[in-house]
Amino acid sequence: MPDTAELEARLAALQAEVGPLATLGEKDLEAAEVRLLGRKQGALTEILKQLPGLPPEGKRAIGAEANRVKQALEAAVAARREALVAEARAAEARAQDRTMPGRDRWTGAVHPTTAVMEEIVGIFNGLGFARATGPEVETEWFNFRALNFPADHPAMDMHDTLYLDLPERRRGDDRRANRSSGVGDHERRGVPDRRVRPEGRYLMRTHTSPVQVRVLLHNPPPVRVVIPGWVYRKDTFDASHAPVFAQIEGLAVDEGISFVDLKATLAHFARAFFGSKTAVRFRPSFFPFTEPSAEMDVSCGVCGGSGCPACKGSGWMEILGAGMVHPHVLANCGVDPERYTGFAFGMGPQRIAMNRHGIHDIRLFYEGDMRFLGQFAGGVTP
Amino acid sequence: MNVSRRWLEGFLRRDLDTADTARRLVMLGAGVDAVEALNPGLDRIVVGYVESVRPHPNADRLRLCLVHDGAEGMRNVVCGAPNVTAGKKYPFARIGVTIPGGITLERRKIRGESSEGMLCSARELGLGQDHDGILELDTDAAPGTPLLEVLPVSDDRFVLDVTPNRPDLLGHKGVARELAASLGVPYRLPEIPGATGSGLASLRRVHEVTTQVDGVTVGTEDVAGCARFTGVVVRGVKVGPSPAWLARRLEAVGARSINNVVDATNWVMLELNHPMHAYDLAKVRGHTVVARRARAGEKVTTLDGVERTLTADMTVIADWGGAVGVGGVMGAANTEVSEATTDLLLECAWFEPARIRRTRRALGLSTDASYRFERGVDLWGLAEAQRRCVELILATAGGQVTDAVDVWPEPTNPPRIFLRVPRVAQVLGAELSVAQIEKYLVALGCTVLNKPDDSRLAVDVPGWRPDLVEEIDLIEELARLHGYDTFPIDLRPFRVGQVTESALDQAITRVRAGMVGQGLYEANSLPLGPAEGEDAVKLLNPLSAEEAYLRQSVLAGLVRAVEVNWSRQVRDVRLFEVGTVFRNAAEGGRPGEASHLAAVLTGARAPAHWTTGGKGDDFDMWDLESLFRAAVALANPSAKVQVDAAGWLALSPEGRKVGHARRLELALPAWAAPVFGLELEVAGAVPSPVRYQPLPSTPAAWRDVNLLLGPATTAEAVITAMRAAGGELLEGVGVQSEFRSEALGAERRAVQFRLTFRAPDRTVRDEEVDDLMGRILGAVEQSLDAKLRTS
Repeated sequence: MPDTAELEARLAALQAEVGPLATLGEKDLEAAEVRLLGRKQGALTEILKQLPGLPPEGKRAIGAEANRVKQALEAAVAARREALVAEARAAEARAQDRTMPGRDRWTGAVHPTTAVMEEIVGIFNGLGFARATGPEVETEWFNFRALNFPADHPAMDMHDTLYLDLPERRRGDDRRANRSSGVGDHERRGVPDRRVRPEGRYLMRTHTSPVQVRVLLHNPPPVRVVIPGWVYRKDTFDASHAPVFAQIEGLAVDEGISFVDLKATLAHFARAFFGSKTAVRFRPSFFPFTEPSAEMDVSCGVCGGSGCPACKGSGWMEILGAGMVHPHVLANCGVDPERYTGFAFGMGPQRIAMNRHGIHDIRLFYEGDMRFLGQFAGGVTP
Repeated sequence: MNVSRRWLEGFLRRDLDTADTARRLVMLGAGVDAVEALNPGLDRIVVGYVESVRPHPNADRLRLCLVHDGAEGMRNVVCGAPNVTAGKKYPFARIGVTIPGGITLERRKIRGESSEGMLCSARELGLGQDHDGILELDTDAAPGTPLLEVLPVSDDRFVLDVTPNRPDLLGHKGVARELAASLGVPYRLPEIPGATGSGLASLRRVHEVTTQVDGVTVGTEDVAGCARFTGVVVRGVKVGPSPAWLARRLEAVGARSINNVVDATNWVMLELNHPMHAYDLAKVRGHTVVARRARAGEKVTTLDGVERTLTADMTVIADWGGAVGVGGVMGAANTEVSEATTDLLLECAWFEPARIRRTRRALGLSTDASYRFERGVDLWGLAEAQRRCVELILATAGGQVTDAVDVWPEPTNPPRIFLRVPRVAQVLGAELSVAQIEKYLVALGCTVLNKPDDSRLAVDVPGWRPDLVEEIDLIEELARLHGYDTFPIDLRPFRVGQVTESALDQAITRVRAGMVGQGLYEANSLPLGPAEGEDAVKLLNPLSAEEAYLRQSVLAGLVRAVEVNWSRQVRDVRLFEVGTVFRNAAEGGRPGEASHLAAVLTGARAPAHWTTGGKGDDFDMWDLESLFRAAVALANPSAKVQVDAAGWLALSPEGRKVGHARRLELALPAWAAPVFGLELEVAGAVPSPVRYQPLPSTPAAWRDVNLLLGPATTAEAVITAMRAAGGELLEGVGVQSEFRSEALGAERRAVQFRLTFRAPDRTVRDEEVDDLMGRILGAVEQSLDAKLRTS
């Protein structure tokens, strides 16, 4: 018959083993665990095997004590094991050079011009303007005449035009081209055109404004559109001029739209785009297709308006041209200029991107240099 | 347009603050590109009186002067100028003063004699090239008076960016008028020093096409091209250098002084925006100076010495012997005023703007005169210009007016515009009172004629504003003078329109985001280049022969970008672009346009990392295949991808080729990796939304099978056969590996497939799967050149 006292003594001896566990290494800890807590021949198991032979009181007392010792041993083993893991991690960390570079992945990025364009479009979307686009090949009528450019007028000097080596457009040409070519006409842009007018020569559009005409021809007011796109000028490629560059245009036409709405809308845009503290100023200007015409300056983002080299000391940055849609333009598009008024605006997202990022040569935008484009990989993506 | 502050001050009879003036001009719509201080650094130079002059004891060419500069005592000054004379006054720079050349004067000894300042020449002060001696001042001013009070040479030049609608701002009077309106002050012509008026109360008005002026036939036989021609004969002038004030003023605005007569005409142009021309009457042949149509092929040698061939669309001024000038553009050398000239014919005429524009473009000859006539000068202001010019010539060159005529065959009046007061508020969004409206219009020079009632004003506009032709033009003027900044910024409710973004634009946005997600950078390349195909669209007036056509592929531009990167030692290039391509339509007319996506891949598939020794794989065909499929799914979801000889094609449901992907054969640098490219039409289709597939709730079973495939057996054929035989339980088939070796034979390969089995409602049993695998293998081996590989 087992001796209760002897078992108590053995349990006490096991209890004494709890403390030293905290100093063991990994291998010793594992051996100790087997020796003390092993299911088959562990010291504790050996004690428990004796339990059935004990009198009921002894059974209760020894059982309870054995359970307590078991928990203490298990907790000590777990604690030591955790400490060993932490120690190993710390040792590993001490051995590692954490300044070694991590494993990168290729990340994509939109072009900085696209980022600016999409941001602008997004702001105007929020003001109720829907995106509209149109063809890049235009006729003189859409690009100039409908927009109130007089023939043989100095206003044309601002639009050095690339013409196409094609015969002048015949009346009704548009419809034929739509029907038979399948791709590429404004039909695919969602703006069908079935009118007949004196179209004149084919050219590469010099601004996005002909899309205003296309939208107005086919959509009765109210109209609110924002028009991003590429435009062409016969300009030599240099640091500040590109023969093909980006433009964003906007148009709002409805009853009761006034110069006050123009100012308020564009000032709102300026604050949304350049920051809530941005100041704006409107100056008179001239565009054949708007009257009154204006240019909007925003307070210089570099110096905040006190004057610096970026704003040539003026404190202002010229951002966009705008104006009330000229009554002739509305009439040319079949909109009653007595009933409806509207405003239009246009800006160069590349210039804005150049200001924003401190880029001094527009040609960088066209090179596709990975090192240039990669700098914007953390920027705004559409 | 260069504008002199002093000239404006002359009009306004007051001093102007430069910064305030620039700001006012900007806010009135005259962009100020630059403000340049002229003759700066003179503010500390004073009038010095030379009390005495004696020879320098140690130098023959130097003299010792005693100079009184207003301060107590006398300054000893060593002076090398030959013209220094006792009892005269000269500009004097004291010790410590920095003269315009940048030299700061110090007390120093010159050959043993101390010098306490400097008597200055015009050149030393930046006032001219005259270095022969010091600048003698003809003044009563006391010694010590600031030089600038004696010589008003300091000025500020405003470089104005004048918009094409505002010819009036091409003359100082027009700019002064704007400032007067802004400041609320009057303006009038500045006084000419020494002038006693022109003596020309009026010009003799003639309604014929030609008439006689002091024995010379003048006029216009081309009324369409030259509507009005005024001529004044001045006899007995003495041509010579202009007085300093005139020369200096012209220089202040960047014009060169030539002689007193030519300078007078230039003065009038810069002041009143009326180009004028002076003919040497002695050189005029046949006592005739008449505007007429040029004869086709007629030749004239203009003042710049170039012989020019004219067309019948041009207007010339001609004498009996032929052209003596291209009307409104440039005079001819044959009647040029010279030192010997004594009798003048002064021409001030009006030329039709569009005609002038065509003429100067055809001749490639843009002049100050053509620039102004093209924009429109004041048809009703010719007489004032003549009077001003005569006043200047009489004051600076003497002579006498013998006759003056004004040939105006079809006189007209400036337009009258009706302005509706409510329309002003409709356009501007703010009410202006009738009194305000009148005030602004009058300040511009308009006459508000009658007011039938308060809602409609009759406005006669001035001749110097050819841009004012209808109501909206007046409304802009009101907004301008009221001040754009005074209108409130008040965001109000609006109605949205019916236009919605097109499916194509939505697709382009999706494609961009998708390609960015694939790790590519977006590029923008120029859509111009050499012809790519028979139906390339050609430019009529390209910038260069290399950029004479519109692009037909976007990929070509990206390939150029790859080469740019290579040239800069960049090996890893991953680019995409969405852009427009063009082609001539078979039936002529409007060229077709389409939006294309293109992409290029070359170099490392992933950034190099030290854990793998800085080495990694380069992109290969299989990266291209995956990118192409992703691109097709984004850009042209209804298209099907097919294998072709060079890579892959995308075909529309109608079988039209809409895209391709392939390895590009380029001349690679030795260190470069192969280049892969794709190009794809972006379809303007709205993709149907993704349908959710319920997630499986039962476990799957897998079997790998290694097949030896014959040369004609494709993976696609094997998979198709497996799917057909596998039925519903076969969930999917993937390719695990491919193995080729000589042992297998040159054209055979071992391909391992992994088949996944699943039943939607229960766990598939092993025996069931083994049974199915047997049938699948049997079907594959029976229908294809494929054998189970056992070893």
